[in-house]
Amino acid sequence: MPFYGGDFMKKKSEPQNPSRRNFLKNVGVGTIGGAILTGTSGKAASTSTAIEPDSGPIPLRLKVNGDTVNVSIHPETTLVEVIRDHLGLTATKIACNRGECGTCTVLLDGKAVYSCHLLALDAADKEVTTLEGLMDGEKLHPIQEAFLAQDGLQCGFCTPGQIMTAAALLNEYPEPSEEQISIGMSGTICRCAAYPNIAHSVKDASRRLKKPGGNNEQES
Amino acid sequence: MNRKVEKSRFFFEQDMQETVGEVSTLKPKPWGPDVKLDVVGKPVTRFDGYDKVSGTATYTFDIKLPRMVYARTLRSPHPHAKIRAINAKAAWEVPGVLDIISSDNTKSIPWYRNTSMIFDSHLRFEGDEVACVAAETLKSCEEALRLIQVEYEILPFVVTAGDALKKDAPKLYDSGNVTWGKPETYKRGDIKQGRMESEELVEDTFSTSVAIHNATEPHGSVVNWEGDKLTVWDSTQAVFRVRDSIAAALKIPDSHVRVIKKYMGGAFGSKLSAGKYTVMAALLARRIGRPVKIILDRREQNLAVGNRPDSVQRLTAGAKKDGTLTFLTHDATGAGGAYPSSAGCSWPARTMYRCANMKASDTTVYINAGPGRAYRAPGHVQGTFALESLMDELAEKIGMDPLTFRMKNLADTDQVFKLPYTTKLLKESYEAGAKEIGWQKRNRTPGSGVGPVKRGTGMASQIWWGGGGPPAYATLKLNRDGSAHVIAGTQDLGTGTYTIMAQVAAEVLDIPMDRIAVTLGDTGTCPYCGGSGGSTTAASVTPAVRDAAERMLTKLRSAASAILEVSETDLNYEKGTFTVKTDGKKKADIGTIMQKMREQALVTTGARNANPEGFAINTFGAQFADVEVDTYTGSIRVKRVVAAHDIGRVLNRKLLENQFHGGIIQGLGFALMESRVIDPNTGKVLTTDFHDYKVPTMMNIPEIKVIIVSEGDTRISAVGAKGIGEPAMIPTAAAIANAVYNAIGVRLRSLPMTPDKVLNALEAAGRKS
Repeated sequence: MPFYGGDFMKKKSEPQNPSRRNFLKNVGVGTIGGAILTGTSGKAASTSTAIEPDSGPIPLRLKVNGDTVNVSIHPETTLVEVIRDHLGLTATKIACNRGECGTCTVLLDGKAVYSCHLLALDAADKEVTTLEGLMDGEKLHPIQEAFLAQDGLQCGFCTPGQIMTAAALLNEYPEPSEEQISIGMSGTICRCAAYPNIAHSVKDASRRLKKPGGNNEQES
Repeated sequence: MNRKVEKSRFFFEQDMQETVGEVSTLKPKPWGPDVKLDVVGKPVTRFDGYDKVSGTATYTFDIKLPRMVYARTLRSPHPHAKIRAINAKAAWEVPGVLDIISSDNTKSIPWYRNTSMIFDSHLRFEGDEVACVAAETLKSCEEALRLIQVEYEILPFVVTAGDALKKDAPKLYDSGNVTWGKPETYKRGDIKQGRMESEELVEDTFSTSVAIHNATEPHGSVVNWEGDKLTVWDSTQAVFRVRDSIAAALKIPDSHVRVIKKYMGGAFGSKLSAGKYTVMAALLARRIGRPVKIILDRREQNLAVGNRPDSVQRLTAGAKKDGTLTFLTHDATGAGGAYPSSAGCSWPARTMYRCANMKASDTTVYINAGPGRAYRAPGHVQGTFALESLMDELAEKIGMDPLTFRMKNLADTDQVFKLPYTTKLLKESYEAGAKEIGWQKRNRTPGSGVGPVKRGTGMASQIWWGGGGPPAYATLKLNRDGSAHVIAGTQDLGTGTYTIMAQVAAEVLDIPMDRIAVTLGDTGTCPYCGGSGGSTTAASVTPAVRDAAERMLTKLRSAASAILEVSETDLNYEKGTFTVKTDGKKKADIGTIMQKMREQALVTTGARNANPEGFAINTFGAQFADVEVDTYTGSIRVKRVVAAHDIGRVLNRKLLENQFHGGIIQGLGFALMESRVIDPNTGKVLTTDFHDYKVPTMMNIPEIKVIIVSEGDTRISAVGAKGIGEPAMIPTAAAIANAVYNAIGVRLRSLPMTPDKVLNALEAAGRKS
């Protein structure tokens, strides 16, 4: 399912539809790509002490913010659950948990995805980037600096999602037009409606990223 | 001490509060227009901005404690039912389930102003609480919820106020379906007389839909018992109110409950009171001896934790040909949901215009749906839409420009309390806004534009309180290195409270912003401040910060005088250092003074001053909207909004503009798309997610211009700031509605103005596009 409507986004490596059919097929044959670990290393990767009502967990290797992580998850676990609950990366929030509001937006191979709406298994073999991944230690990424400078936020709860949406937009369109910003950011709801300043932030981020010496590592 | 206990009055949401409380009687020179300020009023970057853009800001949603477990609530699937029996046997078998509570195994705890209980066997809306499960994981909770068998006695339901008032309507309470048993009424003058004096009159009915706050961070809490003491992290606008409610519900001392809210993901009024979920989590946590996290999902947000009640408003008004308003009546009915709340919306009509003969009546009705709660200018948003639409109609009828008509009827006093206003710059707001939007360029004849896409311009006025008042306190701790810590039991809702409090402290102490830390929202450590609603926070709390800082300077000056052996009046203070006026070499800085005093943290606590006697304190403003209406599709696009307001002192221009954007865009959502829909056949809510409950996105935003016509209101406090959160939203929907009329020449009297309503109205008016 494309994240952006219409033909606005050129889809290079569009995230796979986390469809039930795919999911069942994959689980059915007991393997998903090359990322599923063997049973033994899976046991080692299991950190969850939770008691689950269903069958046992599956080991999964993910690449998050440049680090390879091994987790042991139930197949129905969403990407955001892995990010928040297993990895403790709590910048990413959940507001609707059904792929409607964009608060949980992260990058998957540089593209914006709703991480509440994507099975973690479908993120195997792909690069996941969360807001934490933009940071350089305690130093903000130019996009984050732009949101701070332009006050592109109020309560801040959707802000991680807004910034990651902006990151994906700027990956695709380094110098977005107003219309591209309007359409590109429209999948992420800000109920405080800090939208005008969010738009300014995206423009400012574009300027900051263009500057020589700007942090370009997110540009894929 | 410069403190005393005295009476003070202010408005919180629509309620007049009279407090007999401790206030500061220190009277520092108010920051009037003549005072040059270095930090206050400047567009300082949001104090907590780094935390929010870096993702390090921790919300209740993010709290995770050792051994913490999760809880979820079983809610009534029926709009009206009684519980006959609950069988949770199968649910107990789910691995990971730790506890299940319901009316079967808990004591009754009164809730909803004693009209119900935490677990009441009488369920009055779809979403009313039935049981609560604690388990090791959320998945176990949800599995258990599915397995709890409840035998319901299904009762007849009613889901509109109109139906609920019918004679044979199903009753929610034995006492009937009218909340408080009767309408809330108001009257001045003689309506008959006013009618006789009028040369033209208008009479119309307006309606608005139920709107849901839908803050991004769900309502929720994390609770942890340490012996008999309870710590609650809550997504709330009112830490002290939550503390007292939870303590009362659990019958433990207030001192044993600590409520913490550092960051909160939006609220808009829906988090002003404690939720049942917090009590249920605390009960579970006590029974199982582990911390419990309970977070509502989006569906629960749309069902059970507040809304702006709908309205059907009948208004009549008359005027003389010269534009004098001779009478005004406003009769409103609104559905407040299943438990007591107010749907009243006639306040703007009571006070907005000078009118000797005025009568109002507000009827709030119980229906089988989620209870209402304050939502950003409760009542005023609905009431202003109706009043300001009607004023435009009346202006047209007497052939007067709508703005001229309003200017003609400016009220120079508060006609309800018969008091003058501390300030009222509504005329100035009208003039500034009209100039900016180009009022003269609008369609002389509504609907006269050519082509299928019609442009129009409209405007509406705003009145609200927002002056704040006591009690509110702030503690200031000053360190030897000249850095300071401001501590207050208020809340930052994303509005910028952290920032403006630091600005005020920095201004008075003359120390840089980056030397200041602010702690808010913790009943365990902060002095008392009220809930952050009614646009009262800035107006109530910043004077307390100034008071604390002024007291600190007094203390330092006294110490410096002793150390430097000169009189206090011989000292100059600048940037943390006292210098002897006559000898610039003799000086003592904060570090030196505190070292001599053997203090490592000098402490003062400041208080809000009393509000002035004999005045009404209000905010005013006007908004102007440019719209485009596509008469083929019925879609409305708001192109531009100009907001010109009288809101006292601007504390931070950057934050102020952002908050205005938010209010205006929420107003736009209310005008064009937001509506809770209930299926009349099943009584069930159809709009329980962001797909069905439409809110504005980046695609909907107009160009927005914010103009502030006011300076500091020196009568209300030494800071002179008033609130803006609600004023920003009040007139937007009305201005858009008037602009739509100016565009198409057909009036829409029902919000939201969705494309179907636009097309139907055009069709009915015979203006085929």
